[in-house]
Amino acid sequence: MAVVSSRSGRLGNRIAIAVVLVITVIFLSPIYWITTTAFKPLVQATSVPPSVLFEPQITPFVKLFTKRAQLTAPVAPEIYEAAPWWEKLVLDGGERLARDGNGEVVFSAYPDRFINSLIIAITSTILAVSMGTITAYGFSRFRVKGEADLLFFILSTRMLPPIVVAIPMFLMYRAVGLNDTHVGLIILYTAFNVSFAVWLMKGFMDEIPKEYEEAALVDGYTRMQAFFKIVLPEAATGIAATAVFCFITAWNEYAFALILTNRRAQTAPPFIPSQIGTGLQDWTVIAAGTVLFLIPVAIFTFLLRNHLLRGMSFGAIRK
Amino acid sequence: MARIRLENISKSFGQHTAVEDLDIDVADGEFFVLLGPTGAGKTTTLRMIAGLEKPTTGRVHINEADVSAWGPAERDVALVLQQYSLYPRLTVRDNLSFPLRSRVRNMSEADIEKRLDYASKTLRITHLLDRKTDRLSGGEMQRVSIGRAIVREPQVFLMDEPLSALDAKLREALRSELKDLQMRLGATFIFVTHDQVEAMTMGDRIAVMNKGRIAQVGRPQDVYSNPRNTFVAGFVGSPAINLLPGRIVGNGAVMAPSFQLPLAGPAASEGAYTFGIRPEDVSVESGAPVEARVHDIENHGIEKIVTMRVGEHLLRAAIPARTTVALEDQIRFSWNPNKVMLFDATTGVNLRHQAA
Ligand SMILES: Nc1ncnc2c1ncn2[C@@H]1O[C@H](COP(=O)(O)OP(=O)(O)O)[C@@H](O)[C@H]1O
Ligand SMILES: [Mg+2]
Repeated sequence: MAVVSSRSGRLGNRIAIAVVLVITVIFLSPIYWITTTAFKPLVQATSVPPSVLFEPQITPFVKLFTKRAQLTAPVAPEIYEAAPWWEKLVLDGGERLARDGNGEVVFSAYPDRFINSLIIAITSTILAVSMGTITAYGFSRFRVKGEADLLFFILSTRMLPPIVVAIPMFLMYRAVGLNDTHVGLIILYTAFNVSFAVWLMKGFMDEIPKEYEEAALVDGYTRMQAFFKIVLPEAATGIAATAVFCFITAWNEYAFALILTNRRAQTAPPFIPSQIGTGLQDWTVIAAGTVLFLIPVAIFTFLLRNHLLRGMSFGAIRK
Repeated sequence: MARIRLENISKSFGQHTAVEDLDIDVADGEFFVLLGPTGAGKTTTLRMIAGLEKPTTGRVHINEADVSAWGPAERDVALVLQQYSLYPRLTVRDNLSFPLRSRVRNMSEADIEKRLDYASKTLRITHLLDRKTDRLSGGEMQRVSIGRAIVREPQVFLMDEPLSALDAKLREALRSELKDLQMRLGATFIFVTHDQVEAMTMGDRIAVMNKGRIAQVGRPQDVYSNPRNTFVAGFVGSPAINLLPGRIVGNGAVMAPSFQLPLAGPAASEGAYTFGIRPEDVSVESGAPVEARVHDIENHGIEKIVTMRVGEHLLRAAIPARTTVALEDQIRFSWNPNKVMLFDATTGVNLRHQAA
């Protein structure tokens, strides 16, 4: 009996590993695709059938950060010789870099948009997580009149597909001058995420024994001190998990960013595809923009991975 | 040091009354035990003394001060719980010094070190100081929890079933250690437990609680030998007392139709009663008046507890361990008439308390 069961257990293990591998490949293939595209020469990026072997190059990234114009005539050899290596890459492709009156290279809008994305996503995440944490603590520890109804109301704000309110939001934002501002998007993303943060954090707060704070209260601490000294460290896992979710939501948001911003406060998601329409459709540049765009979420998630794993195995997500 | 007085305390949670009309007066330096089954309201009572719960009505006094409106921090009480008194992220040292670092105390590092040293020596946990608390065994954890209370040098120690999560051997060891500690500190202890052995062995006085009310307050031996009602009689003592419904006819107790036995002293008026007799006051011997069958035998080492069947009644008797009996043996028993307790058949109140 024991032999049979252990053998079938091993077989089960192998099947599980195979399934996980297949799923991993399926999930990673788009990332592989976009990453390789970002390093391909343009002709190979669009070739059919797709090319698997290619000589990686970083020209798309140079193009991503600069403004360029088609060369009308070949460049003079002495200018070509004087150009730095990264400019040569562009010149080789039949384009020249745009320069301002002082001869400095003009940057594309991408870095600005990227920084906008960072500012807006980070600020709204901090706001949503801190408000969510405090609110969840209140719901978890105090007798709140109509607690269930209030919690349901908070959740119900998530039930409407957000895009339904896009036009009214646009009109309201225009009326109060929040269109195309960082503050406008930060408010909006915070509002999206706070309901989610409350629910997630409530689950984590409920799991922290209230005896911990009561011991602190009896030992001469105020409720506030107990919250910061005891509850917050205990809730770190939940806060990390909630922050990752809020950050990803804000970082990836496309529809509202497209409607409510166009220049100053525009984030990367609406900016990247907006490049498709201009001139030649250079998919390698778009791929380069996308690859860089993936990095912050990857870093953020990686930094918080220990918390996240624990957060997944207990707390709200489990329920 | 402190005297604790609860005056007419009631506490309701919504519709549910957890504690009702409680009056307790704990003397300075007393080891006072709140004993009762789960849900009796012991924890709620303790929390009201600590200031974590506000009584619905009534007042709490510490020494002569009415502290009803004070917060927990101001009451200068220390609390030890069954679990969760320690912070899992901190080391033992940081847990012990945590109460001393509160701003209200404003202690110097040297003083903190002195208190820590004293407490950890007293409880023999010096070797654990640098460990994380989640690496401790249950017994070590409770020692540290008690240490966390000791360093405070509080007016009152409140303990909510601090030993209940430990295994039997450890519980026994810590029981005497705690009692010893209380005597050395000379501090007032209020100790909550559902374990009557703990209550009997540690308490200077016991308050037996049931359904939010106090059934009886008294010294352990008084509660044991003279319980106020059938609840207290049944809850205190192990093996449990025999409670037999029957009648008094003439000078004897009659468990009709099974058997009858004599009563001592001036008999109460004829009528229905509940008779209480502790197993050690039931004797099994060949010449005894009542015949019974052995229903069950429990060997406790120093003695045997036999459960006897007489008609529809079951009766426990403590007999010497050397006596050999087997299941379904026929044996004869009697009781010590001087030790029979009489309870009112409907209210369950001990007749001796009714008179007083
Ligand atoms: N915070 C609370 N809310 C509602 N009911 C409670 C609360 N605390 C205790 N109770 C109720 O009060 C009664 C007494 O509880 P407790 O004091 O914990 O009893 P014990 O400690 O003796 O087991 C129980 O019926 C319990 O369900
Ligand atoms: Mg309790």
